[in-house]
Amino acid sequence: MKRFLFTVLLLTVAAAALSGCKKDGTKDGKNGGAVVVGITQDLDSLDPHKAVAAGTKEVLYNLFEGLVKSDPAGNLVPAVAESYRISDDGKTYTFVLRSDVTFHNGKKLTAEDVVYSLKRVAGKLTTSDPEVQVLAAFSVISDITSAKENDKDTVVVTLQEGNTELIGYFTASIVPCDYTEQKTKPVGTGPFKFVSYTPMSGLVMERNDNYYGKAASLEKVTFSISESTDAAFLKLQAGEIDIFPYLTADQAAQLKDKYYIEVGEMSLVQGLFLNNKVEPFNKKEVRQAINYAIDKDEILTMLNGGGGKKIGSGVYAGFTAYFNESCVDTYPYNPEKAKELLRNAGYPDGFTFTCTVPSNYTYHVQTAEIIASQLKKIGVTMKIQTVEWASWLSDVYHDHNHEATIIGLDSQLAPSDILKYYISGSAKNFINYESEAFDAAYREAVATTDTAKKKELYNKAQQCLADDAASVFLQSPSLMVAVRNGYAGYKFYPVYVQDMQSVYKVKSK
Amino acid sequence: MKAGKKIISMIAAVWVLSFVTFLAFSVLPGDAAEARLGTNATPEQIEALREEMGLNDNLFVRYGRWIGGVFTGDLGYSVRYARPVSELFAQTLPNTLLLAGLSFVLILALSFPLGLLYGRYPGSVGDRAGVFLNQTFMAIPAFFLGILVSVILGIGLGLFVPGAFVSYNEGLGACLAYLFFPALAIALPKVAMTVRFLRSALLSEKRKEYVRTARSKGLGEWEILWKHLLPNALAATVTFLGVIVSEIVAGSIVIEQVFGINGIGRLLVGSVANRDYDVVQALVLYIGIVVIVLNGVIEALVQKEAES
Repeated sequence: MKRFLFTVLLLTVAAAALSGCKKDGTKDGKNGGAVVVGITQDLDSLDPHKAVAAGTKEVLYNLFEGLVKSDPAGNLVPAVAESYRISDDGKTYTFVLRSDVTFHNGKKLTAEDVVYSLKRVAGKLTTSDPEVQVLAAFSVISDITSAKENDKDTVVVTLQEGNTELIGYFTASIVPCDYTEQKTKPVGTGPFKFVSYTPMSGLVMERNDNYYGKAASLEKVTFSISESTDAAFLKLQAGEIDIFPYLTADQAAQLKDKYYIEVGEMSLVQGLFLNNKVEPFNKKEVRQAINYAIDKDEILTMLNGGGGKKIGSGVYAGFTAYFNESCVDTYPYNPEKAKELLRNAGYPDGFTFTCTVPSNYTYHVQTAEIIASQLKKIGVTMKIQTVEWASWLSDVYHDHNHEATIIGLDSQLAPSDILKYYISGSAKNFINYESEAFDAAYREAVATTDTAKKKELYNKAQQCLADDAASVFLQSPSLMVAVRNGYAGYKFYPVYVQDMQSVYKVKSK
Repeated sequence: MKAGKKIISMIAAVWVLSFVTFLAFSVLPGDAAEARLGTNATPEQIEALREEMGLNDNLFVRYGRWIGGVFTGDLGYSVRYARPVSELFAQTLPNTLLLAGLSFVLILALSFPLGLLYGRYPGSVGDRAGVFLNQTFMAIPAFFLGILVSVILGIGLGLFVPGAFVSYNEGLGACLAYLFFPALAIALPKVAMTVRFLRSALLSEKRKEYVRTARSKGLGEWEILWKHLLPNALAATVTFLGVIVSEIVAGSIVIEQVFGINGIGRLLVGSVANRDYDVVQALVLYIGIVVIVLNGVIEALVQKEAES
């Protein structure tokens, strides 16, 4: 009871404090103000190293920073590190740290914090916390040490073998080393600092006025959690939400004049993933037939109102540096050709299979419905089985126990990360794809330090996936964001983030 | 003696319920460790977390540990929200109770006057219209009625903002003002049922002999209704209302999703999806106790009724 009363008291105080900072004052030449961003998933952890869901990471992005971070074009720019260099053999990464970074709790950032944070996500701390999401790519790290260089704190990361791509993973959040309440009161170095979090309701953050970089304009940001896109849309129509990033095409069409819509793409490889080990998908002709039978343009029209980008292999369209454009049209829509391939494969009358789709992703379920009707035309019956997310993770993703599934794969800003799903025998290879040519190209690409060569090899790896029809790589769905008139500066990134630092309130005249 | 037996059987029912829930969860594919770590975890990491969460112990050991905690007042720990279950309860349960209470008050306030009117004037135009309306409201599922309320009263008439729920600890007045609408969605079908029940109870009383005696004594129709019919009809209606209360508890789970209310219903659904065992166990236990105790009370009332 005592604790209960205490909680009530705390919340009341928090509420009072919040309503206290509602003033629309102009501070430091900033326009100030507050914004409410609608999200449709509750946060799965406040500790950035434990967060799994993309929907959580994109919120925490505002509180935490890595040594480097992505800019809207997908280039990595210095953040907590003021500069970095990679040795020619790709074996040593040296980060020179900024000297003016403080954590939200007032503690000054030191090399010790950086070493701790990196070791934590690499799974190299002496007492490891099993909830921490260990970055598999960091397993090549042999040592992380701090040093002094020209009087500046530096952190040196040594690898067992050369790998220039690892830089994309140093976006991992830097956290203070001696802080134990990360799970409930997160502390980082980002442009916003944590105020409060209420389960199922929302997370509130305020501007970090001690931020070393360009301070945010908004004073307060609230991420308001809704049960579903529909529920969030109701709030949007009622004017309770200022920015809503997951509009469906239908909703966008309904939206009235109070909002404008920004259109970008999700950093996602959406596909109909076929289990290459089960009949009849163990036959390449059958997989190719399915590819020919699916009309991606129709999917784009029906689900995105024409937006989004078609893909033809395992890299999403927004990752322009490595996206292999030539794979897109490997299998143009051609049901006749599909039927012919099925005949040759010994299925003149088609066949029936089950596609397992996580029920919480309405988008994928809708995609499944469209695909099922398209496959009907070549005599193939696709049964849709919707399952809970936890069941999907267990059966489909970990046990590879499925015939086919529809899902969207996201990744770090590294081609090796988004293509890791197709390495023969890998636990992550939930489609059981096997190709020596792909494995060889992937291995060489990771190892090479020559950028042009790397691109060529990754293109080759993508071509393997397309030629073998490893699965049906559908699209990078469009991302439609509703922004209330009076706000500006919303930016899209090739990684999952909702950057509120760039958003500002337009001054009314 | 009888009461003692009753209580023992109620405790047994609660115990069976909690054990079956535990069992059901262990059969479901996917466990808390997998749900927690998601797509990037290696089998070794999942195994390590399983070990830490104690998921590798056998079912009976885990169940024993949990039930032991319950008896010492420890409802467990929510893995998903990184806080004790009791804290989540404190945040959500009052909202659900307010919703249920408000629904019940609405049911009483609407159904009794209507039931009496219909009982007084059976066969009138108003009565026939009422029967039609009752059928309609009873046929609409609660969640759909919830959507209708949101769309018509919320977006159409702007009486409230769907989804803009204010928790009880952020402002009780605003909380109640919001809860009025979901309470309405819960109450309307129940009002329809209660009215129907009350009406038929009144009408069947009306056919009894004592009514004729009362009339011959020169009592007016309203007086008969008020003094004789209602008290007799009420006894049956009270048991019926008991059933309604346990239905409200169940109905609020669905309605909380529709209206985005941070109550135990929404917590329950989210926790099942995330395999947050302790939270689900505690919630099922709570809901089970409410329903079983209510049923026990109703049964006792019925028995008392039969004896008298």
